[in-house]
Amino acid sequence: MNPLLDYTLRLADNSLILGHRLSEWCGHGPILEQDIAMTNLALDLIGQSRSLYQYAAEIEGQGRSEDDLAYLRDGWDFRNVQLTELPNGDFGRTVMRQFLYDAYEQPFLEALSQSRDERLAAIAAKSLKEATYHLRWSSEWVIRLGDGTEESHRRVQTALNELWPYCGELTRPNATDITLLTEGIAPDLDIVAAAWQKKITEVLEEATLRQPETRPARKGGKDGVHTEHLGYILAEMQFLQRTYPGAQW
Amino acid sequence: MWPLWEVFIRSKQGLDHKHVGSLHAADAQMAIEAARDVYTRRMEGVSIWVVESKYIHASNPDDSAAFFDPANDKVYRHPTFYQVPDEIEHM
Repeated sequence: MNPLLDYTLRLADNSLILGHRLSEWCGHGPILEQDIAMTNLALDLIGQSRSLYQYAAEIEGQGRSEDDLAYLRDGWDFRNVQLTELPNGDFGRTVMRQFLYDAYEQPFLEALSQSRDERLAAIAAKSLKEATYHLRWSSEWVIRLGDGTEESHRRVQTALNELWPYCGELTRPNATDITLLTEGIAPDLDIVAAAWQKKITEVLEEATLRQPETRPARKGGKDGVHTEHLGYILAEMQFLQRTYPGAQW
Repeated sequence: MWPLWEVFIRSKQGLDHKHVGSLHAADAQMAIEAARDVYTRRMEGVSIWVVESKYIHASNPDDSAAFFDPANDKVYRHPTFYQVPDEIEHM
């Protein structure tokens, strides 16, 4: 596949899948205010994915639309990192997953806004403002829950331990990353990784949480290898378009 | 349960913060962010104030007659007898 198409689809898939996960909280949040906060995050992410799918469709040039790319591709076509597809669990687990992702996404978008690809740079610059707020929201909740009650501490620490193996993939380059880095389109993930680790260390310390010592090993999402969970998301997200092709709202 | 907070938003055109509603939050920081998420989703504001509801003291409705009715027949208190120069803004 064209590396730029592969890359743009990955960014779109990351936003769509994580946005869809967050949207599952709509109407189920722990309190009304945080229910709305998570729905706002979901809407930001799904909005970002739309801009990216539109661009991907243009790069592909096969007449497919943003909706075709979101609703009519199969699991092995999706390029999102596995962290984004993992189930919500309890509120603490959702908050931890969001924090681990936001701590990557914010410096990543900051770097991508300097991309030589003007369209990606523009989308990144717009998304960066949203990501900056997301990181603020998720960091503060990690701190509140980590440095909260015995039970909230235990729950977010467990979530961190279980999500940790999936964090490495965020900043581990695959072939597409390497190709586009040399073309000045993709950011240097080593620099993003350093910013990620700095933020993680700072927030976990304030949250009185312990960073796992194991090296995060899970990978494959960028190349279409997913956990069992992605299929269930796609089944729910895509069934309407697949059952009634072309159905409109 | 977390305390109740009153939320005041200043719109882009507005000069003052207006009361828009209330919400629950554990502290001021959470209240400001929740206010951002609940009350500024449609570009309503550029500034947020929050104050814990317990710090607001209200007049007693039973006092309304004594408090407010005496102003009814004092029309001369309205500055409607002046010409406002065009250069004066925000009147």
